[in-house]
Amino acid sequence: MHLDWTALGQVTAVSIGVTVAVVAVFALGVLGLARVEGSREHPGAGRALGITQAGLCFLACVAVVAYGLYLIVPQFH
Amino acid sequence: MDHITFLVAVVIVTALAFDFTNGFHDTANAMATSIATGALKPRTAVLVSGVLNIVGAFLSTEVAKTISGGIVDDTLVTPAMIFAGLVGAILWNLLTWLAGLPSSSSHALFGGLVGAVWVGAGSDGVHFDKVVEKVLIPAVVSPVVAGVAALIATYLAYRLTERARKESVTKGFRIGQIASASLVSLAHGTNDAQKTMGVITLTLISAGALGHEAGPPLWVIGSAGLAIGLGTYLGGWRIIRTMGKGLTEIQSPQGFAAETASTTVILTSAHLGFALSTTQVASGSILGAGLGRRLAEVRWGVAGRMVAAWLITLPAAALVGGLAASVVKHGGNAGTAVIALVAVALATVIVLASRRNPVHANNVNDHHEVTIRTTAPTDVDTAA
Repeated sequence: MHLDWTALGQVTAVSIGVTVAVVAVFALGVLGLARVEGSREHPGAGRALGITQAGLCFLACVAVVAYGLYLIVPQFH
Repeated sequence: MDHITFLVAVVIVTALAFDFTNGFHDTANAMATSIATGALKPRTAVLVSGVLNIVGAFLSTEVAKTISGGIVDDTLVTPAMIFAGLVGAILWNLLTWLAGLPSSSSHALFGGLVGAVWVGAGSDGVHFDKVVEKVLIPAVVSPVVAGVAALIATYLAYRLTERARKESVTKGFRIGQIASASLVSLAHGTNDAQKTMGVITLTLISAGALGHEAGPPLWVIGSAGLAIGLGTYLGGWRIIRTMGKGLTEIQSPQGFAAETASTTVILTSAHLGFALSTTQVASGSILGAGLGRRLAEVRWGVAGRMVAAWLITLPAAALVGGLAASVVKHGGNAGTAVIALVAVALATVIVLASRRNPVHANNVNDHHEVTIRTTAPTDVDTAA
């Protein structure tokens, strides 16, 4: 029996790393969105900053999703 | 179609039946948390998941080259053994569905095959070292990895957003969940529909209806995709309830974290050539997400029963598969017919038993327990 501990370690590290990164970035995006919505009640409280933050974060998440799709669909390889 | 004997026809029908149970058994993997958090309406969720399963089946060209991934000696496998193995897998899938337990459809299939080959061709036909390497190790490692990933991600998500408006946070993560759940469904379609296509294609090759090295004909791809898609659309509501409500109470940031963890674990493992169970990965993620929010949130009793079901899935399916194989071996076509009839009868009994306390789209989120008895106080039967 042959166990590839390196591959196993890679799966573990990559999975945890990517998951935490994606969720953290998405959470920052949601935070930006919350700031935009909050600024409706308190005008001038960083609306533009909120939009920029949300936009950048969600864009990063879309990029990760696109890469995920690339991995799922073998025709792209 | 001269080569399509009675037995081959039965194997194809049985394989599609297994694919169907695979679909409704595994809807929960992608959609349970989205349904529980309200990110998607139950009916919408199963429709999206079903369609993506069919899309996934057509997308992937990497059809399984072996029936079992090397855990049994494929040269010794006959259509009769495949049939017996599939019967074992189907019955085990139905039984765990009745109990609302998310067990692995892949393990059921492997177990059924191991049992059938053991009885049909002797213990030499089973590669036990491969069983450990390809099934048992990933089964232990993958849910733990997914769980740890979801735990850290959930903790971080709550820490980062703790001062923001709660409604905005919930809404944002709900929208994110639609994307993450869809990716799990797509990955599931490319993986699991492939298994059935592989089984049918190899049966056709062994019967001489297809040349060696032949890919699956279009009707095989279409019917396998449709079978798993329909199964998914029917929705394994009992398992959806256990995974969405039973293990822990899920909120949308947790759902998003869990689905993201499932997707990354499934994709990274597939990329590096590990076979693993989508069900176990998804369950691990949900447990991790439960622990990440507050440590006491997880219902360990439910989790324990689920893990017990994981442990006995392989041997239990092997037992049924072996039993079926011995009847088919000695009984020939008549034996095959008997096993098919008995399997249909048992499946009917299980479905009838589920009717005593049905779980469906309208009551899936009402309660966190799946019971087989009729005493369910919170059960609101509006439309059965």
